[in-house]
Amino acid sequence: MKYLALVYQSEKAMNAMGQQAWDALNQECMACGADLTGSGHMLMGQALQSVETATTVRVRDGKVTTTDGPFAETKEQLAGFYLLDARDLNEAIQLASKIPPARLGCVEIRPVRELVEEGNALYGSEEEDTSQPAK
Amino acid sequence: MNELLERLYQTESRPVLATLIRLLGDFDLAEEALHEAFAAALKQWPQSGVPDNPRAWLVSAGRFKAIDQIRRRAKFDAHLNELATQLTIEAEQAGDEEPPDIEDDQLRLIFTCCHPSLGTEAQLALTLREVCGLTTEEIARAFLTKPSTLAQRIVRAKNKIRDAGIPYEVPEARELPERLHAVLQVVYLLFNESYSASSGDTLIRTDLSREAIRLGRLLCQLLTANEARGLLALMMLHDARRAARTDDAGDLIRLEDQDRSLWHHEQIREGVALVQDALASGPAGPYCLQAAIAAVHAEAPSVAETDWGEIVGLYDLLFERMPNAVVALNRAAAIAMRDGPEAGLSQIESLLAQGNLANYHLAHAARADLYRRLGRVEDARQAYRTALALTEQGPEQRFLERQLEALTE
Repeated sequence: MKYLALVYQSEKAMNAMGQQAWDALNQECMACGADLTGSGHMLMGQALQSVETATTVRVRDGKVTTTDGPFAETKEQLAGFYLLDARDLNEAIQLASKIPPARLGCVEIRPVRELVEEGNALYGSEEEDTSQPAK
Repeated sequence: MNELLERLYQTESRPVLATLIRLLGDFDLAEEALHEAFAAALKQWPQSGVPDNPRAWLVSAGRFKAIDQIRRRAKFDAHLNELATQLTIEAEQAGDEEPPDIEDDQLRLIFTCCHPSLGTEAQLALTLREVCGLTTEEIARAFLTKPSTLAQRIVRAKNKIRDAGIPYEVPEARELPERLHAVLQVVYLLFNESYSASSGDTLIRTDLSREAIRLGRLLCQLLTANEARGLLALMMLHDARRAARTDDAGDLIRLEDQDRSLWHHEQIREGVALVQDALASGPAGPYCLQAAIAAVHAEAPSVAETDWGEIVGLYDLLFERMPNAVVALNRAAAIAMRDGPEAGLSQIESLLAQGNLANYHLAHAARADLYRRLGRVEDARQAYRTALALTEQGPEQRFLERQLEALTE
């Protein structure tokens, strides 16, 4: 099964790190990525630049509009992602627990939904959930 | 090679995991090591050929991969250096030792997963995942639980094993009977979960009963205990009747109405042989006695030709060991078959008067059935209604409704 591990961490806390601590954390993340790739558990993954650099795209009535952000007032921001290949959810949890920012922020694990031509399972459980997946 | 490894994973991954947990002292680390050992096999075996003893190779590869892994992590966490050194010393010493006792390790794993200080739900989930090798998602589906809920249950159980220092060992002889009882109970619960008429995916429930029987067989291979054999026999005999127990609509069919040609007679022979064996080799415990009762039913050509005297006798013995109201109720139903409805009814009424069974729908259903046989239609109707009000299971409700309708015809 494939799982997406979304890494959330406080940008404020990251900005407050000294150069040495920041480099050490990055080295740790590189080692973690190498470990997970080496064991065949990581299909891909990437760290992201700050939400300051984010652009949101919407198409309404065929017209493209863009806005800066989102700059939601949350404590932690999306900082990176890992696409994992694990035997089951517990293995994915185990793998995600090794991602260094799990100690500092949190890692959200979501099973991947395979798209099919027909008969796609409704989003969420029995009831159709039309709300935006909130974070 | 992929196919061979796939097959090896089926048969070897659980025993290898059981040994790695002992060697590494940690469930999660052992699971990673297991994965790495199979990944290494996939890489190396096509060139080097399959080793003579794949199991020993996988254990050794897993062990050294885990040490590498700890050393890499020790760069960021100095505490791990000590652990890596200790594990390396142990691994190097092990080179000259006897090969690891894989059977004991499997027992250790079973006893740890079924440790009494874990909750029942955690015991079931851990046993299915670690001992049987089911995935979190499969277990969640079988128990109609969300995978995330089940995953948390497993994480918490493993944390508890670590934090509470639950030992990874086969209990000493003194403790063994009680601890084995806990293990057998987990296996039997698992089987009952699959066998009960509650809702859920039929296919997956059949898988659960297969896992329970597989666990029962494994226990019988690993240790000589009459009750383990009794439990295996009991599960096999019940499972042998599965095809005849429900109709196409999933509704329950009473024992007396079951098409006995649909029973799995080869499995019945195996179950009967097992229970005879167990009964011959020592005092019979509750599982052996229940299996013996199931064997008498399974070997009878019809309800009328069943040896009800034998069944009542077995219930007498069972009641001595398990003096509870449900056993007494079953005994009363058997007495009704041996001596007539009147005799059974007076037993059930006195049981109900004691109060323990007042909310147990099967007690009222049994009473209703005896009233019906005595022609006391109004009493039967009342009792069926009481039984109906006390059950929430769909198939049971439909069964009772059908009985109630048949009365008015």
